[in-house]
Amino acid sequence: MLHDRDRIFTNLYGLHDIGLKGAVRRGAWDGTKKMLEFGREGIINEVKASGLRGRGGAGFPTGLKWSFMPKQIGERPHYLVVNADESEPGTCKDREIMRHDPHLLIEGCLVSGFAMGAHTAFIYVRGEFIRERDVLERAVEEAYEAKLIGKNNKHGWDFDVVVHHGAGAYICGEETAMLESLEGKKGQPRMKPPFPAGVGLYGAPTTINNVESIAVAPTILRRGAAWFANLGLENNTGTKLFCISGHVDRPCNVEEEMGIPFRELIERHCGGIRGGWDNLKAVIPGGSSVRCVPANQIIDCPMCFDSLTKLKSGLGTAAVIVMDKSTDIIKAIARLAYFYKHESCGQCTPCREGTGWMWRVLTRMVEGRAEKREIDMLLDVSYQIEGHTICALGDAAAWPVQGLITHFRHEIEARIDEFSANPDPDGAITERAAMAAAE
Amino acid sequence: MPKVIVDGREIEVENGATLIQACELAGAEIPRFCYHERLSIAGNCRMCLVEVKGAPKPQASCAMSVNDLRPGPNGEPPEILTNSAIVKKAREGVMEFLLINHPLDCPICDQGGECDLQDQAMAYGIDKNRFAENKRAVEDKYIGPLVKTVMTRCIQCTRCVRFSTEVGGVQELGLIGRGEDVEITTYLEHAMESELQGNVIDLCPVGALTSAPYEFKARPWELTKTETIDAMDAVGSNIRVDVRGREVMRIMPRLNEDVNEEWISDKSRFIWDGLRSQRLDKPYLRVKGKLQPVSWQAAFSAIADKVRAAGADKSAALIGEMAAVEETFALKALMQAHGVKHIDCREAGSPLGERGGRAGLLFNATIAGIEQADAILIIGSNPRIEASVLNTRIRKQWLATDLPIGVIGEEANLTYDYKYLGAGPDSLSKLAEGKDRFASVLKKANRPLIIIGQGAIARTDGKAVLSTAADIAVKSDAVSDEWNGFSVLHTGAGRTGALEVFALPSDDGGKNTSQILKGAKSGEIEVVYLLHADEIDMKALGDAFVIYQGSHGDAGAHRADVVLPGAAYTEKSATWVNTEGRPQVARRAGFPPGDAREDWTIIRALSEVLDTTLEFNTVEELRARVYEAVPHLARIDQITPADPADLADLAQAGGKLGAAAFTSPVKDFHLTNPIARASAVMAECSALRAGRKRQAAE
Repeated sequence: MLHDRDRIFTNLYGLHDIGLKGAVRRGAWDGTKKMLEFGREGIINEVKASGLRGRGGAGFPTGLKWSFMPKQIGERPHYLVVNADESEPGTCKDREIMRHDPHLLIEGCLVSGFAMGAHTAFIYVRGEFIRERDVLERAVEEAYEAKLIGKNNKHGWDFDVVVHHGAGAYICGEETAMLESLEGKKGQPRMKPPFPAGVGLYGAPTTINNVESIAVAPTILRRGAAWFANLGLENNTGTKLFCISGHVDRPCNVEEEMGIPFRELIERHCGGIRGGWDNLKAVIPGGSSVRCVPANQIIDCPMCFDSLTKLKSGLGTAAVIVMDKSTDIIKAIARLAYFYKHESCGQCTPCREGTGWMWRVLTRMVEGRAEKREIDMLLDVSYQIEGHTICALGDAAAWPVQGLITHFRHEIEARIDEFSANPDPDGAITERAAMAAAE
Repeated sequence: MPKVIVDGREIEVENGATLIQACELAGAEIPRFCYHERLSIAGNCRMCLVEVKGAPKPQASCAMSVNDLRPGPNGEPPEILTNSAIVKKAREGVMEFLLINHPLDCPICDQGGECDLQDQAMAYGIDKNRFAENKRAVEDKYIGPLVKTVMTRCIQCTRCVRFSTEVGGVQELGLIGRGEDVEITTYLEHAMESELQGNVIDLCPVGALTSAPYEFKARPWELTKTETIDAMDAVGSNIRVDVRGREVMRIMPRLNEDVNEEWISDKSRFIWDGLRSQRLDKPYLRVKGKLQPVSWQAAFSAIADKVRAAGADKSAALIGEMAAVEETFALKALMQAHGVKHIDCREAGSPLGERGGRAGLLFNATIAGIEQADAILIIGSNPRIEASVLNTRIRKQWLATDLPIGVIGEEANLTYDYKYLGAGPDSLSKLAEGKDRFASVLKKANRPLIIIGQGAIARTDGKAVLSTAADIAVKSDAVSDEWNGFSVLHTGAGRTGALEVFALPSDDGGKNTSQILKGAKSGEIEVVYLLHADEIDMKALGDAFVIYQGSHGDAGAHRADVVLPGAAYTEKSATWVNTEGRPQVARRAGFPPGDAREDWTIIRALSEVLDTTLEFNTVEELRARVYEAVPHLARIDQITPADPADLADLAQAGGKLGAAAFTSPVKDFHLTNPIARASAVMAECSALRAGRKRQAAE
């Protein structure tokens, strides 16, 4: 249970002033200059020591990522790109940060930008986030006016923040597709290597970080790595924003310690599962692109990267989608399959062709209009996509399907049996045949 | 150099090589669709996945560099597996994905028999189909009269997009949409406006882009393939002519790194329907103002009568750009035997061959040498339409390096950025005097390239322009033993060869083209022999008796009094010398129609009638004579560099520059020679380009 004094996002719900004044009162922009005095190495070491892992889904150690940037600024400038293209179904944490605590993000940009030798940060905001962008742009203006960022600012590190508006494509949240999109091209992922830290935006060294990863950085530096490292579990330190949606009494966004058991998270903040704990069917613990976990496995699982990986799922963006027993899980996953089919960029073969195939098979399975052997075929197709694509969208599309088949094969089989026992439940086909005969 | 182990074989590869290159070097075959050596790497088909020991998932071998591989735990070279179970599974998976939405219309697909997808499905795919859904259908696109589209077959490899953007230099094709709905299309379905668009047909690994004129005409296994040389421009592209029976069905490029890489222009590729129409298949004689078909004997005796009556001093010969070395040499020998001094191969009237030796008339830098140039000056030429394939080299070098290019002449879209220095001789002399800033750019460059087009020299002040250009070349140190940047760009396939065998007016009072025409008009010249010469003003020939030898009923044949039916370039074994001075031997792909004959045999036969029998009976004997006269022509496919010292003399020539702006001699890319003018496809392209016909999708 996280104490109020350990919260980083103290205005998560927008109850206080979101402007610069309010943010400063809550502690933002406090001692930023001192942080910069740590030097590049100092900041990176501090973030490394805090154990902060990237909040965008993959959980890559943030300090380590920053350290990949070249030590000396060469011919080309360094860039920081902040991934605010939060489009993962179920995820809504960055949205709240941009809405209500934008100054933490801007301060984070400055600090992390300094740590990687960047004088420019691009914040790539999701196309649908209109109000969020307004707020963020206002906050950036305030920061410029107060000389917190910009040329010759108070902190002695020239720094520009550019808020860029996306056009609403999920794939642009993939880091290299985001770079393409920022460059004005079609948002299609690039191949790696070369990695962005070597050849990124406009061919310059670039680091791409999630909004949350950047926004927590100043507070970590202000309060010390030890404070952050003491929260949570080993290797899964600090606090994390959880976005709980679905069949709980009070869906919410909440900042909690990493590793809080699922049961505690739901009981404390969401008022429990709709219809009680016995009514829980499955949980997708990390946004739509991780495998779902059945109730018995998740209930006492600590919500952190490593424990969920052990369940062959993942913490992802910590977007916890709770499904009770009223859920048609086949239909739910079919809907996700549609999402990935719709959002595939179409660049590489397995994802382009495979996502549509999976969606179509799943759509039939929702009705039960399928063969049982097709379940294994579907699983095989998902493995044919996984790991064979340029970016991780292929994996993201394959995992939900794999989770469904691993844990709920019996439901699919039952649905198929049901359908084959009575392929015409409402009599429509028989009626049509009769009419045709009559004519 | 990094070492890698491919399937247990340790090899050393060049720095920066990709895995696919390393695997090929090691002899392992890697299937691929999107990868192409000459295009940028897309890595999107995923067919070339290989297993890299230690990597968590299979890697796209086309995109990964060997330098990015990590050595094994004990420092042993990284290991690549191309035949492991993981790779096999990955390939089968990708193959299945490619096929699920690909129509099963191979029996009616023009790509059938030479389709990468077919071949690789056989080699790497599985033999059963698990896809029970409806297949995707994609609407076909109109992208012009040359390339037919069946977009349902497209596998979105984007080779065509990359080709047109990178090599063609026109951003016309693109991939739109997302996911399953991605489609290749042109902007608003306009016809493509590239001179190289036909190459996308070869690049397309499936039957999505096929040749429109060849549509449903033949199957690849029915065709007899002849490797030969193109004669549509002076590049000398290496081509393969596919013939069924006696008809040319299609023309495709061959690989030659030094000349055309693996591209050819649309004119080279789609000209073949012009080989069937307007053909001269019988000798004709003008009787009472009308051409009547006659026997060879009658035609020859008519010529003999006229020539004897006129005498040597009143006879002349003009050699056109479609004449190969053999017939040019034979005609010159015949003319010499009769003491005819008036012979010229420069239809447009340039001063080439008069001063500066071979160096003064060749593309000395060589086509491959363009890739070493670090500054280019283009004078009076539009290489994009005069030598499209050569232009791609300039673009390639421009893309690869920070290449400054200056242009004097027409301000056309050349597919690369250049500094426009002016329209005509004024700007040229300014540059020669060093008053233009570009002069210092050329001076600073280590390997400056100066391209002189026919538009700059085929004019009355041509001598002065050529000399000034040589002067600029000498002044900017473009001429040395290591690098000769003075390069004349020819437009006609036969021109360089004719110049090499000195088909020029004799020094003792021989008349050049314009003097011959003037003489014909005034009656000074009574007999004119046109050998494949159609690009002159026929009205200027006055009342002269005109003998036309050629393949097509074009301007020359219309004016002629005697027509001798010759062979087109696909119908004769002939030597062509390209603009670099590279002699290449074309093979005969088919026979000339009707009574038409290979050109040198006509001249040989005529020589007998004229009682000056030429001393060769076979093409080999003829060639032996050519090689005796011009020994370096015997070095087939190789360039014998010209002596750069001659250019100093050319630079000294001087002369008075005119004022008129330089214009490209090629007014219409699609209609530059009699074969092209006989081609319906070329006519349609020409009309489209001129904007007379609007076919963009409604």
